[in-house]
Amino acid sequence: MSAEREATERHAHPTVGVYLRVAAALVILTVLEVGVFYVPAFHAVLVPVLLVLSAAKFTLVVMFYMHLKDDNKFFTFLFGGPLVIAIGVMVALLFLFFGALTLRGGGGGPAGAG
Amino acid sequence: MSAHTSMGLDNRKMAFWAFIGSECLLFGSLISTYLVYKGKSVVGPYPPEILNIPFTSISTFDLLMSSLMMVLALAAVQRGDLKWGKIWLFSTALLGLVFLGGQVIEFTEFVHKGLTIGTNLFGCTFFVLTGTHGAHVTVGVLWLLTLWIRALQGKLGRANAMTVEITGLYWHFVDVVWIVIFTVVYLIQ
Repeated sequence: MSAEREATERHAHPTVGVYLRVAAALVILTVLEVGVFYVPAFHAVLVPVLLVLSAAKFTLVVMFYMHLKDDNKFFTFLFGGPLVIAIGVMVALLFLFFGALTLRGGGGGPAGAG
Repeated sequence: MSAHTSMGLDNRKMAFWAFIGSECLLFGSLISTYLVYKGKSVVGPYPPEILNIPFTSISTFDLLMSSLMMVLALAAVQRGDLKWGKIWLFSTALLGLVFLGGQVIEFTEFVHKGLTIGTNLFGCTFFVLTGTHGAHVTVGVLWLLTLWIRALQGKLGRANAMTVEITGLYWHFVDVVWIVIFTVVYLIQ
């Protein structure tokens, strides 16, 4: 086995204890998400709170279960690049559709958006 | 057999990360389509009338736990503990099957309540998005069961840890996509 290959395969994976703690965090975050959904007091800030909680869960799985935290940064680039493009396209489309409706004064009926 | 790129990275793993990147674009487009047509259905049933949050929360919990089983399987195979490797691999596949069973129940219930892929914009975008995710879960379950059978045959050892790691990458990706779908489709109504 070459030194290069050894170096590649030596990247440390988290321990079983870390995996269990991440799982506990994921369960707690999911319970919080569902809890926030059902508590009327949170309805004013429901969308941002849910997006933050979802992003935290996404990050935990990607960093610890998919090992991007400790793995080669090129893998982060291979995943993060298209992810940024996908989010960019999503935001652009939402602005294109809903931004245009707002500029027209709140938009008309459902048929007007098509 | 050497399977490494000039960068010293395993070429299968690198190719798989590139594939996952392309999958981000696929699901990004499907989620965008769902969001763009959100609230534009002119006939019912509408999401608040039909989505069952407690049921889907259990499915979400199930898929999150399957991800835990998957990393435990990888850790077991990496340390050469094939007995537990087989147990965790089968547990992951089993939880995947439970998730799929939940999706079949959910889809059947929706059809009985009058929501099909052709009913309205919500039905169309919902079934395409969650159905594509379900198809990915199905592929993942078949992949996991194949690995489990190979482990039972004694063909999966410590030397094949990278194969299990790549399977895990796919499975965790399916999980993170569901994390987004659960929030965007089910909770933000």
